[in-house]
Amino acid sequence: MTTLTPVLTDTWDKDRSWRLATYERAGGYAGLKKALTMDPAALVQTVKDSGLRGRGGAGFPTGMKWGFLPPPDGGPRYLVVNADESEPGTCKDIPLMLASPQHLIEGVAITSFAIGCDHAFIYVRGEVLHVYRRLLNAVEEAYKAGYLGKNIQGSGFDLDVTVHAGAGAYICGEETALLDSLEGLRGQPRLKPPFPAVAGLYARPTVVNNVESIASVPAIVANGADWFSSMGTEKSQGHGLFSLSGHVTRPGQYEAPLGITLRELLDLAGGVRAGHELKFWTPGGSSTPIFTQEHLDVPLDYESVGAAGSMLGTRALQIFDETVCVVRAATRWTDFYAHESCGKCTPCREGTYWLKQVLHRIEDGAGQDGDLELLVDLCDNILGRAFCALGDGAVSPITSSVELFRDEYQAHIDSHGCPFDPSASALFPYTPKTRTPGTLAGAGAGGH
Amino acid sequence: MTADPQAATKTGYDAETVASLTADATAIMARYPDPRSGLLPMLHLVQSVDGYVSRDGILFCAETLGITAAEVSAVATFYTQYKRHPNGTYTVGVCTNTLCAVMGGDAIFDELSDHLGVGHDETTDDGAITLERIECNAACDYAPVVMVNWEFFDNQTPETATALADKLRLGDDVVPTRGAASVCSFKQMSRILAGFPDGRADEGVGAGEPTLAGLKIARERGWTAPSSGQAGEPVEPVETGPVGKPGSSAERPAATPSDTAVGKDKKPGEDAK
Ligand SMILES: Cc1cc2nc3c(=O)[nH]c(=O)nc-3n(C[C@H](O)[C@H](O)[C@H](O)COP(=O)(O)O)c2cc1C
Ligand code: SF4
Ligand code: FES
Repeated sequence: MTTLTPVLTDTWDKDRSWRLATYERAGGYAGLKKALTMDPAALVQTVKDSGLRGRGGAGFPTGMKWGFLPPPDGGPRYLVVNADESEPGTCKDIPLMLASPQHLIEGVAITSFAIGCDHAFIYVRGEVLHVYRRLLNAVEEAYKAGYLGKNIQGSGFDLDVTVHAGAGAYICGEETALLDSLEGLRGQPRLKPPFPAVAGLYARPTVVNNVESIASVPAIVANGADWFSSMGTEKSQGHGLFSLSGHVTRPGQYEAPLGITLRELLDLAGGVRAGHELKFWTPGGSSTPIFTQEHLDVPLDYESVGAAGSMLGTRALQIFDETVCVVRAATRWTDFYAHESCGKCTPCREGTYWLKQVLHRIEDGAGQDGDLELLVDLCDNILGRAFCALGDGAVSPITSSVELFRDEYQAHIDSHGCPFDPSASALFPYTPKTRTPGTLAGAGAGGH
Repeated sequence: MTADPQAATKTGYDAETVASLTADATAIMARYPDPRSGLLPMLHLVQSVDGYVSRDGILFCAETLGITAAEVSAVATFYTQYKRHPNGTYTVGVCTNTLCAVMGGDAIFDELSDHLGVGHDETTDDGAITLERIECNAACDYAPVVMVNWEFFDNQTPETATALADKLRLGDDVVPTRGAASVCSFKQMSRILAGFPDGRADEGVGAGEPTLAGLKIARERGWTAPSSGQAGEPVEPVETGPVGKPGSSAERPAATPSDTAVGKDKKPGEDAK
């Protein structure tokens, strides 16, 4: 049986967990102190050896990413932390930064030292006011304690950190869109190459990493690469935050070695809500193809989830029981992608618009024979043809749900409406308000 | 003659407002190597004065950064937090992304909408509340979620949400589940988002129950991560192979296409396939 491994979460239950003093009492900043005595190249090697892979979704090896910066040319190099967390279902970085922002700040300092950066940025989504307060405060505390600023801990290393609030746009989580946004532009993805490692922020060599990736660095440096790789599976090493949400008895954050299964996690979380059973779930956010009961024993590591036809993504485990209409779920996610499409490329901009139309008419009972073929065909025209991964992600919930629940879609068409009672899925009893079909006064009216 | 700040601007702001905006904008630009990076915080700053991105605010940003008003507008209209009409004192956002919607977010939105007599992105007549449907706010383990001026109100029901709205309209303090001890106004919030903290970071909790769910079990059962000793020899990564100059993270210059290709963005987990 897999046991939980609190590392990042370990300080979260302490009194005033967000304060520097609390973090230091728990051994915080030992990693930075050790790092400053090391050769930066050796630090990069340690992170490579640890097997740490990006926790923002794509799972790219973190140390290797750092290693791809060109050699110093005397000009600036940047670290940009991706704290935009907006992928539906994903809810790990925000609680981390609320409870223990110093984990991230220490990681920023170590990473900056390793890659030769003297100005790092944390790009946090603008819709989490208190998290922004805590980050600004954490940076200020770290400056005062000499962990940031000039001549850090007497090492001669200088580092400034700017915490930057976004303004509401999911696409700004895509790393090159994030860079454009940080430069004061519309957040639209850039053509690659050049990659950020070569020409990133202000066209300078830049590392973009997820919050959890960077926050994992201090313990790797303090405890060693072998310590980290002693957790997890052969190719998916270390600990990760698994976020359970939805129809589960005790939703929340479970920090475990990669490779734990949903069956094990549900066991810890008290199972699916009482009296109900699992219908479908996302392994890594809404952009990852959905799974069912059949996948309860798939090890949640990059390779196994990939082999089973989905993606580990952000370990955002959204649990839906048998009361949930899969058409409703997919339609709502599609509203999201249509709204968040940045409009730069035609397949995604137009495709998500049409997907939304077709799905809404199926959900509202106006679906026609041939609509499912049309949906799949639209998805085929987006997948692999979009400019960035948002477009690919948009089709995942549709293609996977049509494949797994085709009959349920067909039933909406045949019986001219949704056979489910939405109130059965809610956590409280209510009487659904009647809506004039087609006007969509309620959900999915879009426009947000 | 002392320079009249108003003379240099096409905005309709009075001299005092121009002076304070200019001082704040200067502080914002100083945070970045390139002043243009200050545009997003500057737009939040404009909202802290006008309650939305006004025409004057757009002109102010354009003049400050030496770009056109059209360039500023192009950015302002891209992001949902920048409002084109005067916002209510409170933005009440109901998460209606799939997970929250299913858990009750749709019912909460419908109830609030009926109760307040406004739809998405509309403001009550008294100017107190702008109602919005919002996307996933990274609090799914607290579903259904309502945000008031982007502070968390977790685990809501139609009853708690309407009671919350009533209090806001009466001007009573409301207390977020995870956030400051009370919710500030839209303008005050916008000033914080511009990077000017209000000294309230120490208010509120560090975590709610779901955030601590796994940790609690680990504590009860005595589970910990391996200690550094348990994992065998701590690594002394000295043999690093070919490296760049001291201080460099580079093992070699990125010279071939495959060097740079590794940065290729993948969709989550794609490389696992
Ligand atoms: C549409 C889209 C949204 C994304 N959102 C996020 C996000 O909110 N946070 C994040 O860390 N990565 C996000 N990513 C992935 C980033 O592009 C990038 O891969 C990641 O920040 C790299 O960090 P990592 O290697 O540490 O995971 C997103 C990607 C796409 C295509
Ligand atoms: S795929 Fe969508 S989000 Fe990405 S560039 Fe194209 S339009 Fe923009
Ligand atoms: S779906 Fe509502 S917070 Fe994530």
